[in-house]
Amino acid sequence: MSTFEIVMVAIVAAICGMGSVLDEGQTHRPLIACTLIGLVLGDVKTGIILGGTLELMALGWMNVGASMAPDAALASVVSTILVIVGHQSIGAGIAVAIPIAAAGQVLTIFVRTITVFFQHLADKYAESSNFKGIELCHFIALLLQGLRVALPAVLVAVAAETGLVTDLLNAIPDVVTRGLQIAGGFIVVVGYAMVINMMSAKYLMPFFFLGFVVAAFTGINLVGFGIVGAVLAVLYIQLNPKYNAKSVAVEEIDEL
Amino acid sequence: MEDKKLTKKDLNSMFFRSWFLLGSFNFERMQSIGFCVTLIPAIKRLYSKKEDQREALKRHLEFFNTQPFISAPIMGVTAAMEEQKANGQPIDDATISGVKVGLMGPLAGVGDPIYWGTLRPVLAALGASIALTGSIVGPLLFFILFNVCRLATKWYGLKYGYEKGTEIVSDMSGNRLRKLTESASILGLFVMGALVSKWTSINVPLVVSKYTGTDGKEVITTVQMILDQLMPGLLPLLLTFLCMRLLKKKVNAIALIFALFAVGIIGYALGVLA
Repeated sequence: MSTFEIVMVAIVAAICGMGSVLDEGQTHRPLIACTLIGLVLGDVKTGIILGGTLELMALGWMNVGASMAPDAALASVVSTILVIVGHQSIGAGIAVAIPIAAAGQVLTIFVRTITVFFQHLADKYAESSNFKGIELCHFIALLLQGLRVALPAVLVAVAAETGLVTDLLNAIPDVVTRGLQIAGGFIVVVGYAMVINMMSAKYLMPFFFLGFVVAAFTGINLVGFGIVGAVLAVLYIQLNPKYNAKSVAVEEIDEL
Repeated sequence: MEDKKLTKKDLNSMFFRSWFLLGSFNFERMQSIGFCVTLIPAIKRLYSKKEDQREALKRHLEFFNTQPFISAPIMGVTAAMEEQKANGQPIDDATISGVKVGLMGPLAGVGDPIYWGTLRPVLAALGASIALTGSIVGPLLFFILFNVCRLATKWYGLKYGYEKGTEIVSDMSGNRLRKLTESASILGLFVMGALVSKWTSINVPLVVSKYTGTDGKEVITTVQMILDQLMPGLLPLLLTFLCMRLLKKKVNAIALIFALFAVGIIGYALGVLA
């Protein structure tokens, strides 16, 4: 890898890491992060496919309240580097992505704990109404979140070329990589379960079963499902007596 | 004395700053610095005295945490209240903090299912299904559509909160937000149902019976064939329910994923899964 490529990997990794804490532009999602790393390393197609595969697995990974999800940013960046630079299969990339996501989660929790220091520093700056100081605290903390992904990414990128990493990955027995690939097919349900749990509305579960059965017996694609789902939602709201209580009462009075 | 008023430029600046709300997320006060940094343009405009600025900065370094997109109306309301305060209206610190804290919980309750539960999984699944073919359209579609929705929420949310001020508290108690949350949940659950069925693969190739048919061909029946006749996608459905139950019992998601990895490897080694 050229120095230029390594610098680009570091920049993209930092953007993904910052995206991971910000959760705004979604640069930390596998679909985006893997694609960008693929682009930088000159094999965008592999990046996109790996990104799509990991994205489905990570569908339910979300930060809600104070709880931290497994870290998609580090997992996407490192696994894409390993697959492209280390000449690994997509399957191997998925296999390494999950442990890395767990490691990334630990790292982000670590940084979020250190940031408590900046919180107190910001308090101090507020005392002297130092606007610049508070802004500095904010953006240094953000930068740390970028470095948290950029540093491991550069380390892996450099190591991946030495062949050591490749040898290690190649040493994994076939039964493990094949088993991991098979597991990849159904590990996605963990993500689905997280999303469904978050909705946590039992009385709306019939819509889940409807979606399941319609998908099982028809060939509608996801766009179609989105449209049908939206139509169902509108109908439900329009017909629900809960939202029409007022007009019904008025009609009854009119009838009297 | 002329009334102090935020300019369009201040609101624009707040809008851009709000993109970094979570930048300094920490376990003590979470998004508090981010909220304060977003409010800085307003504070600079409204308060010229050092001690007023100091008080305002301290007010907004208090604990804050909500869904990042839906934070925009809260920032708008807060800016409107600061404006009234700066113009001499009797609004004390506790009122401003009270409105912030009072809004962040319920709004997160609306924002989480809409953005994390529905919008992102639906768009991401759509993008990912295209990406699996190696097409750049997948990531682009996800990125553009999601960000259009995000920016629209933030921009109109900020303006709405600023223009309506504390009135939005009464708006929130209406049915509007509930309808929105429920619609999003319906769409989300419907698509999740489809994903469980179609975008999950479990294959149990265990042979149940094997015999030579009258035409001399060998007829093999596997467990998977029987299950598929019963109901395609039955195993993924049951596995989803199991995961939901375990997650509710506070089993760590990563632990669950590792357990499923183990199931995959052992299943393959024993020939139960393929």
